[in-house]
Amino acid sequence: MTVISTVRDAEHLTLTFVAEFAAPPERVWQVWEDARQLERWWGPPTWPATFDEHDLSVGSRSAYYMTGPEGEKAHGWWEIVAVDPPRGLAFDEGLSDDDGKPTADLPARVEVTLEPVSLDGDAEGTRMTTVNRFVSVEQLEQMMQMGMEEGMRLAMGQIDAILISEGVKR
Amino acid sequence: MSDILTEDEIDRIFHALADATRRDIVARTLGGDRSISGLAQSYLMSFAAVQKHVSVLERAGLVTKERRGREQLVRAVPETIRRANELLARYESLWRERAAAIENILTEEMTKGHDR
Repeated sequence: MTVISTVRDAEHLTLTFVAEFAAPPERVWQVWEDARQLERWWGPPTWPATFDEHDLSVGSRSAYYMTGPEGEKAHGWWEIVAVDPPRGLAFDEGLSDDDGKPTADLPARVEVTLEPVSLDGDAEGTRMTTVNRFVSVEQLEQMMQMGMEEGMRLAMGQIDAILISEGVKR
Repeated sequence: MSDILTEDEIDRIFHALADATRRDIVARTLGGDRSISGLAQSYLMSFAAVQKHVSVLERAGLVTKERRGREQLVRAVPETIRRANELLARYESLWRERAAAIENILTEEMTKGHDR
């Protein structure tokens, strides 16, 4: 796997992530389509996901939960907006409370594109582009609370350091 | 950890940046101080309209305003923009982890069944 590019657009609250895999789009499509495969990668490492409902057809709603290090559960949902196997899909997503009710008014939108690319030695690979559009900062914050605690602490520590060093300069 | 943004602060930042004119004000004032009257001229807007935009940016901590003589000067605060960017950076690292996990699934299968 190679991460080709990532573009963060803080002004538009958008993240574009591009990676290449050494498998054809038909195979990469399966990691999205098959709930058992999806749950092996969707959640952060310390918050594995379990999908109770998952069907990639337009209008269908997926329901999943992630289990945290202390056994706590965080529920999430997708609503499929567009499907074009194996070329791509789009869905809205968000977190929900224990009763399955969305916690934010506005969902985030994820657009996934799978393109065939030829790798070294003529093997067929896939370039996967995900465009993540956030409309609610509150939700972005919420989503980042799961499994990112350590990374967040580190990042926040770095920001603190920057702020302190710049404060000293002034 | 008192420098961490609260949810309210983050909301103010993103609300402030949701407007094209306000984004442009930030972009222009990153390069150096600009007066409100000068900005009003560039946008063909009234002084009051630009001042309103600047107030929104100021509340979000994205710019500071300073009176110098007759002029009010606006300056961007790059630290706040950097912090907004930090939120997306966290999401980016999540995707890096996801891509690595997908790779594991794909590789595992190849070594299992498709030996060439």
